Amino acid sequence: MGMTITEKILASHAGLEKVEAGDLVNVKIDIALGNDITLPLAIEELERIGIDRVYDREKIVIIPDHFAPNKDIKSAENCKRIKEFAKRHQILHYYEVGEMGIEHALLPEQGIVLPGDVVIGGDSHTCTYGGVGAFATGVGSTDLAAAMLTGELWFKVPESTKFTYRGKLRKWVDGKDLILYTIGDIGVDGALYRAMEFTGEVVDQLSISGRLTIANMAIEAGAKNGIFQPDEMTEEYFRGRASRPYRIFRSDPDAHYVEVKEYDTSQIEPQVAFPHLPSNTKPISQVGDIPIDQVVIGSCTNGRLEDLRVAAQVLKGNKVAPYVRLIIIPATQEIYRQAMREGLFEIFLDAKAVISTPTCGPCLGGHMGVLAKGERAVATTNRNFIGRMGHLESEIYLSNPAVAAASAVRGKIAAPEEVVRG
Amino acid sequence: MIFRGCVWKFGADIDTDVIIPARYLNLTDPWELGQHCMEGAVPGFHKEVKRGDVIVAEKNFGCGSSREHAPLAIKAIGISCIIAKSFARIFYRNAFNIGLPILECATCSDQIDEGQEIEVNLNTGEIRDCLKGQLFRAKPIPPFMQELIRDGGLMKHLAKQLRR
Repeated sequence: MGMTITEKILASHAGLEKVEAGDLVNVKIDIALGNDITLPLAIEELERIGIDRVYDREKIVIIPDHFAPNKDIKSAENCKRIKEFAKRHQILHYYEVGEMGIEHALLPEQGIVLPGDVVIGGDSHTCTYGGVGAFATGVGSTDLAAAMLTGELWFKVPESTKFTYRGKLRKWVDGKDLILYTIGDIGVDGALYRAMEFTGEVVDQLSISGRLTIANMAIEAGAKNGIFQPDEMTEEYFRGRASRPYRIFRSDPDAHYVEVKEYDTSQIEPQVAFPHLPSNTKPISQVGDIPIDQVVIGSCTNGRLEDLRVAAQVLKGNKVAPYVRLIIIPATQEIYRQAMREGLFEIFLDAKAVISTPTCGPCLGGHMGVLAKGERAVATTNRNFIGRMGHLESEIYLSNPAVAAASAVRGKIAAPEEVVRG
Repeated sequence: MIFRGCVWKFGADIDTDVIIPARYLNLTDPWELGQHCMEGAVPGFHKEVKRGDVIVAEKNFGCGSSREHAPLAIKAIGISCIIAKSFARIFYRNAFNIGLPILECATCSDQIDEGQEIEVNLNTGEIRDCLKGQLFRAKPIPPFMQELIRDGGLMKHLAKQLRR
């Protein structure tokens, strides 16, 4: 029997010819990622056993992005701590505020994570890099510390579920809707411990940005990783961008899947996930009348240039509804610059949106858009758990950037058709 | 290892934002984190819990973020063990890595009452309801994870290997 792409990547990094689901393997790590939330605890773990060294300074990435630019003194202390760690160990990939970005948008953009890599990160959305054909998974701070120290980590080879998308994509439907629809179908533990492998003619035509969005939310179904087979589009994306050589892995035709799901995308409308679980989805046509206070367009899920372009397309010539806040957060400095060059900022500012420096900020209720009691937000982020964006009695509705922009204009959850003329 | 304590029951899909809201992630001290443990679900939880108490939950406990602050906060307030129908995978790893024992049991949450005293035997995976005497069997902890617990968590396990 053949192997899935996930099994092949794990086997190659474990120095084995073949692995199968359930095997415990020790794998070499290509990139280990830490941020201002998770790295401080990892540093404490290293200090606790009294070993102040790292396995390979070129394989570690350190990015202050969650509460950076520093939101308060405690966050500032954490950012200082990880900066000093980066300096002390001469970490190659450290990104200070002026060159940073939300980690999962920055790493592919900078060609640091590559197809065929094993990537671990002290952040659950590390699974994003499956969008470019890497095995990538989130871990806690102790695992991160262990990987930084030894360059290896143990994994149980996950079972794989194959998700196949066929048909046409409706207008205003993108990767976000496909993954929300999928999570709505299988539930927040529908892929628990598993690899989600995304295939089919629809995802073959989907941009790298859309694939990253889908892989990003694999964790929202409980998955260990989400993954796409790299193709010509992937190779084109990394041309002139890849920081080192990489290997392409593809699933064998006779690879084993514990489950196969097929979706006809012609039937999928833009999706909205209602509070308080990403699986609580409804098609936009069945949302009803839900007034809102805030819209956030950004995050590791939907803060890339393509997302901002869609938002601009909907916002052009429109204004944000009175008493509604629209916060737009380009995910990296490069995206920020490009959006500015393309004139998107003019459109955003004319629409009365505010544009933030890259940060995870409001997605996890950190800063730059925290909700008050009873407030409702539409967000292009990935989680709508109780209190995630602020007060325990606030509410988050997850959507794609087009629906989020339209909702800001209408002051209630709205379909893009309601505000885009012609 | 045998624990004895009273049961705190939780539902399905208890996420890490409920266990420890992200606004407290600028803290790293386990005791400080503990002061906000579960505050969204049970206000004042940290004051109510007695050392040795056990959390019994439905499926997918600890879903959401990778924050190790979540099991750290739970451990810091004195919870000895978590029993759930299933755990989110990052939480599962994190708990073992920091030395917080967790057990998967399909029936405990349906049959054990809130506040009930139970006894948990980690070695055998047996869970006993001290009042009714009812016995439950959890999925055995994989040998590799047992080794981690014996060594006192992943870093101590690694330190031992590195010293060899």
